[in-house]
Amino acid sequence: MASSFEPRIVVFACNWCSYAGMDLAGTSRMLYPANLRVVRLMCSGRLEPEHILYAFKAGADGVLVTGCHPGDCHYISGNYKTRKRIRLLEQLLAQFGLEKERLRLEWISASEGELFTRIAKEFIEKIRSLGPSPLKQEGLFAPLITVAAAGGGGE
Amino acid sequence: MSKPKVAIVLGSTCAGCDYSLLDLGPTVADVLASVEIVYWPTGADFKLSDLESVPDGSVALTLYEGAITNSDNEELAKLVRRKSKAVVAYGSCACFGGIPGLANVSTAKDIMKTAYVETWSSDNKEGQLPQPLSKVNGKHLELPVTYDTIRALDQVIPVEYYMPGCPPPLSYIEQALVAALSGKLPPPGYVFASERSLCDECKRTKEKKNLTAIKRFHEIIPDSQRCLLEQGILCMGPATRGGCKAPCVDNNIPCRGCMGPTPEALDQGAKMLSALASILALDMESGVSEDRLIPLIQQVKDPLGTFYRFGLPKSMFRRVIPRR
Repeated sequence: MASSFEPRIVVFACNWCSYAGMDLAGTSRMLYPANLRVVRLMCSGRLEPEHILYAFKAGADGVLVTGCHPGDCHYISGNYKTRKRIRLLEQLLAQFGLEKERLRLEWISASEGELFTRIAKEFIEKIRSLGPSPLKQEGLFAPLITVAAAGGGGE
Repeated sequence: MSKPKVAIVLGSTCAGCDYSLLDLGPTVADVLASVEIVYWPTGADFKLSDLESVPDGSVALTLYEGAITNSDNEELAKLVRRKSKAVVAYGSCACFGGIPGLANVSTAKDIMKTAYVETWSSDNKEGQLPQPLSKVNGKHLELPVTYDTIRALDQVIPVEYYMPGCPPPLSYIEQALVAALSGKLPPPGYVFASERSLCDECKRTKEKKNLTAIKRFHEIIPDSQRCLLEQGILCMGPATRGGCKAPCVDNNIPCRGCMGPTPEALDQGAKMLSALASILALDMESGVSEDRLIPLIQQVKDPLGTFYRFGLPKSMFRRVIPRR
């Protein structure tokens, strides 16, 4: 049932800008839906593409990666690396058959609590319209070493 | 004292791993003299009944090569497990799914259609596909069921050891056979390969990584001394386990990743993606616009096929999501 579907979204946030921006949203009592699970990292450059794949595998319907605006990275160039990785990962996810809208990269500074709530609402609605992640529906990650009913296919 | 029993069995494989056994040269003769081969269909005229007839748990070491692509492979893997004390996933296909594992971009039905109906040389107007069970003149003919999702050996049965490589390096084959003969096999879970990445044993000079263009293999003749990745050629070295002593790279051929992921990696492809993206346009990354970045990234023609050439079934997603 599409109406009962509540998206689960993993957010990766850098310590210096985006997480502080989310904190600002919280301390300013701004409201946004509770579909996000935030993981704080020291820098968006710390985020390995593996982590994003793992989030999807673990049942995330969407992944939002946030970092400092270009030029603002606390570690000078971490967010530039992230941008390049995300753009290449988008190509890979398309080949895996996952909708590219499920992965989103945004720059959010420590003062942009409002921007964060807007992006969060927008992204949650986008994922809601896409429905549950196809990785969950296909049962692709069922445990493998009990294979009685495995396989299928053939003709 | 009776000789230790050894079996060499084939799943979905090209049998290239068998050839690598013969490359051992005179050592093969020594090994053959000191073990009892109970099953090795490529080596001599063995029948499956030879393997079925030995007592359960009596085979000291079994080398299983190939992926699990159909019910026949699966049945054999389970038989081998019952008969063996120790099973080695022998070669990249058994370890990670290997080249047959690339079938996980498709489904069994689509692959059959391509092979039997859609190719130009097919003369099959009725679109008939092989059936697991057919009746011909009142007789039953059986074929194995081809699976939609290809699996590595340890996704079907528990496996003691892994020996990656396409084919596995000779030194490790020798090490495993000697260990089995002397009864001094390493603890279960051991991988017969290096614990470090291929770059660690690559002799090329590494200067500065800054990719402004990605070259496909046929487009340039690379400098034989300098890091291939620095020259714009996609070399899987950074994300691949070493131990092979880099024979491909020594011959000016980029690493394709057959030794599988490095020990700590969760996903070989994602690791390579990360390493590659980091060095793209490194000198101008602060100023590079999306308009310039995207065409550069699109020069990686087939990320999935390049990053997961030998390891799709053991990757995080295991397969491409089937179209609904």
